[in-house]
Amino acid sequence: MHRIRAAAAGAVTVSLLTAVTACGGGSSTGGGGSNDSPKTLTYWASNQGASIEVDKKVLQPELDKFEKQTGIKVKLEVVPWSDLLNRILTATTSGQGPDVLNIGNTWSASLQATGALLPWDADNFAKIGGKDRFVDSALGSTGAPGKDPAAVPLYSMAYALYYNKKMFADAGISQPPTTWDELVADGKKLSKGGKWGLGAEGANPSENIHHAFVFAKQHGADFFTADGKPDFTGDGVVAAVKQYVDLMATDKIIAPGNAEYAQNQSVSDFAKGTNAMLLWQSASANLASQGMSADAYGIAPVPVQSGAPGTGKQVDSMVAGINLAVFKNTHNLDGAMKFVKFMTSDAEQKTLNTEYSSIPPVKTAQADSVFNTPANAVLKDTLAKSAAALPQVADESQFETAVGTAIKDLFADAAAGRAVTTDSVKAALEKAQQQMPAK
Amino acid sequence: MTTTAPAEAAVYKSPSGAAKRTPRHPGRIRRIGLPYLLLLPALLLELLVHLVPMVIGIVMSFKELTQFYIRDWGTAPWAGISNYKVSVDFDAPVGEALLHSFLVTVAFTLVSVGLCWLIGTAAAIFMQGTFRGRGLLRALFLVPYALPVYAAVITWVFMFQHDNGLVNHVLHDQLHLTDKPSFWLIGDNSFVALLTVSVWKGWPFAFLIVMAGLQNIPGELYEAAALDGAGMWQQLRRITLPSLRPVNQVLVLVLFLWTFNDFNTPYVLFGKSAPEAADLISVHIYQASFVTWNFGTGSAMSVLLLLFLLVVTGVYLLLTSRGRKTADV
Repeated sequence: MHRIRAAAAGAVTVSLLTAVTACGGGSSTGGGGSNDSPKTLTYWASNQGASIEVDKKVLQPELDKFEKQTGIKVKLEVVPWSDLLNRILTATTSGQGPDVLNIGNTWSASLQATGALLPWDADNFAKIGGKDRFVDSALGSTGAPGKDPAAVPLYSMAYALYYNKKMFADAGISQPPTTWDELVADGKKLSKGGKWGLGAEGANPSENIHHAFVFAKQHGADFFTADGKPDFTGDGVVAAVKQYVDLMATDKIIAPGNAEYAQNQSVSDFAKGTNAMLLWQSASANLASQGMSADAYGIAPVPVQSGAPGTGKQVDSMVAGINLAVFKNTHNLDGAMKFVKFMTSDAEQKTLNTEYSSIPPVKTAQADSVFNTPANAVLKDTLAKSAAALPQVADESQFETAVGTAIKDLFADAAAGRAVTTDSVKAALEKAQQQMPAK
Repeated sequence: MTTTAPAEAAVYKSPSGAAKRTPRHPGRIRRIGLPYLLLLPALLLELLVHLVPMVIGIVMSFKELTQFYIRDWGTAPWAGISNYKVSVDFDAPVGEALLHSFLVTVAFTLVSVGLCWLIGTAAAIFMQGTFRGRGLLRALFLVPYALPVYAAVITWVFMFQHDNGLVNHVLHDQLHLTDKPSFWLIGDNSFVALLTVSVWKGWPFAFLIVMAGLQNIPGELYEAAALDGAGMWQQLRRITLPSLRPVNQVLVLVLFLWTFNDFNTPYVLFGKSAPEAADLISVHIYQASFVTWNFGTGSAMSVLLLLFLLVVTGVYLLLTSRGRKTADV
């Protein structure tokens, strides 16, 4: 009896303690960078290619080139997207991070607020050839307005409408849609016999946010007020979110099954010919790796409500992309600077952006003929004329989760056949807004 | 003095002679000191691995710890009890969501533990009889327990998929039990999906423990009962279950704590944002801390959870030990 009680007490203690220790953490040592270890660098690359192996194959030869030039050895680690933000947070807390790292450009302001990234003031920019080398729209996603950027742009991407040429021809559609009404009409023609008009990643909060943001812009609305406060329940925002979810709920041009997609299944569906259209950023490399030949699909700008894409209400994409940041605690500050300069050099920009089917955010590299293919022309044009940066606020990461999850739940309602009304959308967004940190 | 004699004898055997200089009661010191000395490494580790982080967690719960301060969390401003206030204000969204998640977790835990125990016990009793292939079957039963959690749960994710999943294929296409394929990973059914995986993963442990408990019941009891004319059902009710009682007490408690705190299953099944119907408290607290970057509130929620589990466990141990005393009489 005694032993059992002791065993029970032991089990209880261990189980209970783990509940609280899960939230424990360490304190960082603070301080700035140094040049204690000038011969090595650690680089966390985000997963850009079809797999981590692909990324290693793409990046390693470039890193070897850098080592030859500078004598600095770069230790590469490719981090999957699902882990990247947590890894950065852990590194921030412990002060033990990489020297240079990739960040999603929408996180710039959130990560800037932690103070873990080296600010890019005029001096630092001068070391890599100046701020003027970069495209303005890309610089718009490097940190909060009025502050020195927390990172420099590395790869730029934009959303485009990918459409299956054969399926369009079979349905008697000669042109890709330019407005949402046209897209819905085309989608209805295409949605039959187990095929669907459009694909979506309904259970992926970030993907939901990107589309909701663009729809909101087209309704003349924003998710944040000018002074950075959440404003999720305005009529324009509600109408925007409803319009997006309605593509499944009332227009029925997205398969209900897409409500649980979060692993890029909609790209596979498009490659397989299950969906005739896909709204995606720089999908070419991904489609090629899934066996879809480049002449099987066309690329057009994302539709708008009416007219042609442009600024203001005619925004048709977020400024998507990857930034390169230097960890403030680096032990090789000079080397890190050299590395950023190398990665943003014209030659490397051409090589890497070609491999990842993205667009160089460096003006001179962007002008290269390599990026004049039809696909790249649409993306370049979008980035230059009609893309807008997601809100550069410290709470951006929380916003993605709260609103992205609300839309995920709305998609789940639509998939289950429950009505998605203006009221239900508003209620979901109101709840999301209340979950945002109080100011 | 008899108690010290053997120890003294041992001391004088020591070739070094050092023992001769030791103080008056060397044996007693050794006997009392040694166990503590042996425990010391474990205690130190426990302190480092559990107690220190726990204290830090409690300190954090009184701080306003957001992304602005995580780099050096010591500098985060004190928040007093505001993190706790926010957590338990059930009319406001954060508290309301926490309460919802708590209730979902309680319901989930009760059903999951109940089913794990029932299936595990039934299987263990069934396996008492000897038959061909018993060893193989027993090994098979333990497979879910032996598999790595991530691999096992991700397989369930594939099976639960709406369009290509095995579950819908069997329920809808083959058995025609549903009008249309169901969603398991989003919406209300997600609770059932979570429960299924949890029970699948948890019952082999119950099976293992109950099986061990059954080995300790003397066979004569059953023989005597059979002579007295007791049937199988009566033997189960009057011999097997009462004899298993002490084992069950620990088993149910451990299963309860594990299930209540289970993080891996819901996280792998649903990712960072679980559907409302399956929003377990562990993922909920994770989300508060690591997704919305509000570590102060997340820590406060953890401390509240700890207090709740302490109370439940205390009451449970009290009740079961009282029951045991009367049973012993």
